[in-house]
Amino acid sequence: MEWINAIVQGVLLGGLYGLFAAGLSLIFGVMRLVNIAHGDLIVLAAYLALVVTQALGIGPLPSLLLVVPLMAVIGYGLQRLLLNRALGDDLLPPLLVTFGLSVIIQNGLLEVFSADSRRLQAGAIETAALPLGGGLAIGVLPLLQFGVAVAAIAGLQLLSWRTPLGRAFRATADDPEVARLMGLDNRHVFALAMALSLAVVALAGVFLAVRTNFDPAIGPARLIFGFEAVIIGGLGSLWGTLAGGVLLGVAQSIGAQIDPGWQILAGHLLFLLVLAVRPEGLFPRLRG
Amino acid sequence: MPEAPLLELRALDAFYGDFQALFGISMAVAPGQVAAVIGANGAGKSTLLKTIAGLIAAPSRDAVVFGGEPIGGLPAHGVVGRGIALVPEGRRLFSSLSVEENLLIGGRTRRPGPWSLEAVYGFFPVLAERRHTPATALSGGQQQMVAIGRALMSNPRLLLCDEISLGLAPVIVRDIYARLPALAAQGTAMVIVEQDVSQALAAADHVFCLREGRVVLEDTARALTREAVAAAYFGV
Amino acid sequence: MSAIHVAHGTRASRIGLPLFLVLLAVLAAAPWWTDRQGMRLLGEIYAYAALASLWNLLAGYAGLVTVGQQAFVGLGAYALFSLSLLLGLNPLWGIPAAGLVAALAAVPVAALTFRLRGAYFAIGTWVVAEVFRLFAAQFTALGGGSGTSLPASVVASIASGRAAREQLLYWLALGLAVLVLLAILLLLRSRHGLALAAIRDNEVAARSCGIEVDRTRLVVFVLASACAAMVGALIFLQKLRISPDAAFSVNDWTALVIFIAVIGGIGRVEGPLIGTAIFFLLRETLSQLGSLYLMVLGAVAIAVMLFAPRGLWGVLADRLGWQVFPLARRLEARPPMLSTSSLREPS
Repeated sequence: MEWINAIVQGVLLGGLYGLFAAGLSLIFGVMRLVNIAHGDLIVLAAYLALVVTQALGIGPLPSLLLVVPLMAVIGYGLQRLLLNRALGDDLLPPLLVTFGLSVIIQNGLLEVFSADSRRLQAGAIETAALPLGGGLAIGVLPLLQFGVAVAAIAGLQLLSWRTPLGRAFRATADDPEVARLMGLDNRHVFALAMALSLAVVALAGVFLAVRTNFDPAIGPARLIFGFEAVIIGGLGSLWGTLAGGVLLGVAQSIGAQIDPGWQILAGHLLFLLVLAVRPEGLFPRLRG
Repeated sequence: MPEAPLLELRALDAFYGDFQALFGISMAVAPGQVAAVIGANGAGKSTLLKTIAGLIAAPSRDAVVFGGEPIGGLPAHGVVGRGIALVPEGRRLFSSLSVEENLLIGGRTRRPGPWSLEAVYGFFPVLAERRHTPATALSGGQQQMVAIGRALMSNPRLLLCDEISLGLAPVIVRDIYARLPALAAQGTAMVIVEQDVSQALAAADHVFCLREGRVVLEDTARALTREAVAAAYFGV
Repeated sequence: MSAIHVAHGTRASRIGLPLFLVLLAVLAAAPWWTDRQGMRLLGEIYAYAALASLWNLLAGYAGLVTVGQQAFVGLGAYALFSLSLLLGLNPLWGIPAAGLVAALAAVPVAALTFRLRGAYFAIGTWVVAEVFRLFAAQFTALGGGSGTSLPASVVASIASGRAAREQLLYWLALGLAVLVLLAILLLLRSRHGLALAAIRDNEVAARSCGIEVDRTRLVVFVLASACAAMVGALIFLQKLRISPDAAFSVNDWTALVIFIAVIGGIGRVEGPLIGTAIFFLLRETLSQLGSLYLMVLGAVAIAVMLFAPRGLWGVLADRLGWQVFPLARRLEARPPMLSTSSLREPS
């Protein structure tokens, strides 16, 4: 029974990893940028939520109304002021600029908030659970978080395939030069994509902060989890990304069940296994 | 030229980094006129169209004047909003977009004018049947129709066509060229770049021949002789 | 006799190289002109110069941008500690042994991570380093997550007395850095170096010329991994203490190393050496700023990447034509006495 419980917990955790991955995958899809600072931005969002909840005396969930737009604005500005300058044919500048950004965010958070670990208090909902019978229960909060992850990914999917903005994203990804001939300003389109990515990051950061303790140094591991979910799921498919996140969550949960020291390792090993036997990922995009 | 020109180039230079590709190009195109630009490979024909469209920055604002407004050096997304559309060489349709989405994105500037999805489907009826197909799954000729339709969706006053016959069967090239006079009759001016000189001469009112980035011959299509074109083309 | 030959040197490199040799001699004599603190700092400088040169070889020459160099630094350190603690091998022999272990480990790591392209390769190498770190934390024989120290008996087997040991390790550090630099230079002068230049300019064209891109990259990756492991083994032999978090630290063995290479200049052998000098100057003046110092370093690296992507050395070398190491390939006519007869056609 505890194994079933572990798998259920893993699935719910995987929703969060799917969120980490969706933001990463979105900007890679639109502008071929791999944002090394992605994990640190998730942590930045968590700290923003911490400040907002403390300053306004509101709960973490209402704080999303402020944190999500704030992160989107940060994303837009970051892209316009910094990242657009780094994009080009050469792989190194965007990689190293986001790497530098990661170090700056980490140490900036350390400077302001110290290395103490923090947590967002969500109140009664934290301990609420739905009994499933047979000693099995699902926490309301993890369930809510999973639901939000699924909804966010469905929203991104809808936006990509059903809206003019999604069309602009795909056109710019296909051929940025011709997209300019259509009246699309690449710099603006890229900045909108980054804004959207960081809006998703904000969701991920707040739910992360409610679920576990966080400190300024945990960003890189979140980047790696998101990245692993992308590769396990298969590049270019949002639902695949969610599935990759769920598999990663289940692997970690089963690993932890065997030995607490094996939690993270089990996830990494699943990733390496997928890389060895199916490097295109388990659910690559089929649409041609 | 009696009528005020729609497009005027004044001693236009263009550069790729340190390499100069165009030298002092001057030309004028009137509303509704079809101008052909011919020349050998590497003469600067595509560069000329890209510079007009804003993909390559013109060195000064006054070097390109469109409808009386200096637009040299404006970015491409600013140029299309003023009514210049480019059909790029090799069609370059968006591969993850359907036929209809390619057309819709062409119309996203929302310039007023006669062209709409329905009008494009009326102009190229075969596209209406394939509207939900991924654009790059179409045949070459149909893809070229999408590329032209995508450009028309922005309701251009000037349409720039780069090598629209490239890689297409002669019967399809004739079919596409047969539709161009209808566009000109609506008042849309065109600058077409063509390798196929006889095709270009047949379609155009006015012909410019480029060699090594310079205009070496300019005349009305009617007045040009085959010999004059050959001499200008090869520089003999 | 052919009238045209390939020249590697320039006038600057004919001056620069002897200067470099003089500098080496002065550094080798450091035990006579500096104290323990000075030697320790210099040893650290050599380690960073070597690691930055290796990262530059991978990223700047082979197009393998890695964020996982700490995998092999840590692996080398753990190899040395396990071999000397568990098998009783003399720690000095542990250094080349660590290189061998890393070379063997690098092959399967490459087989997996080479499936990822570009930036994804970078994160893939990071995952591998994390896997190594987590396995090391499970390695109870070496203290698991909290690590272990070298016992006094093992330390004593290095050399008799602390002063002698520190001197020996100092020379080893200098020697290893020179060895790494030499290995890089020889590799770049070899046919692999020419292949790397071709791949860097145009991978597709290089493939069509029959250059085995993946094989060349594998050679570079294995060599760089083995060297990084030897450097790592020596670093932790100096520290006498090891832990997974220290040995596999991404900040210490990759982030700082990348900043050094970026600031000095990627894609040139001289770049990381200049970068190391600048890095230690900055560190000695700014380190009391704590985490602010790392923010400054990150900002400097971003600024260099955006405004002078060839780094400081790149800017200088482009402007002045400097080159310390004779690596460029230029076609030159032989001196007139030899060449006139063969070049001039009978008229």
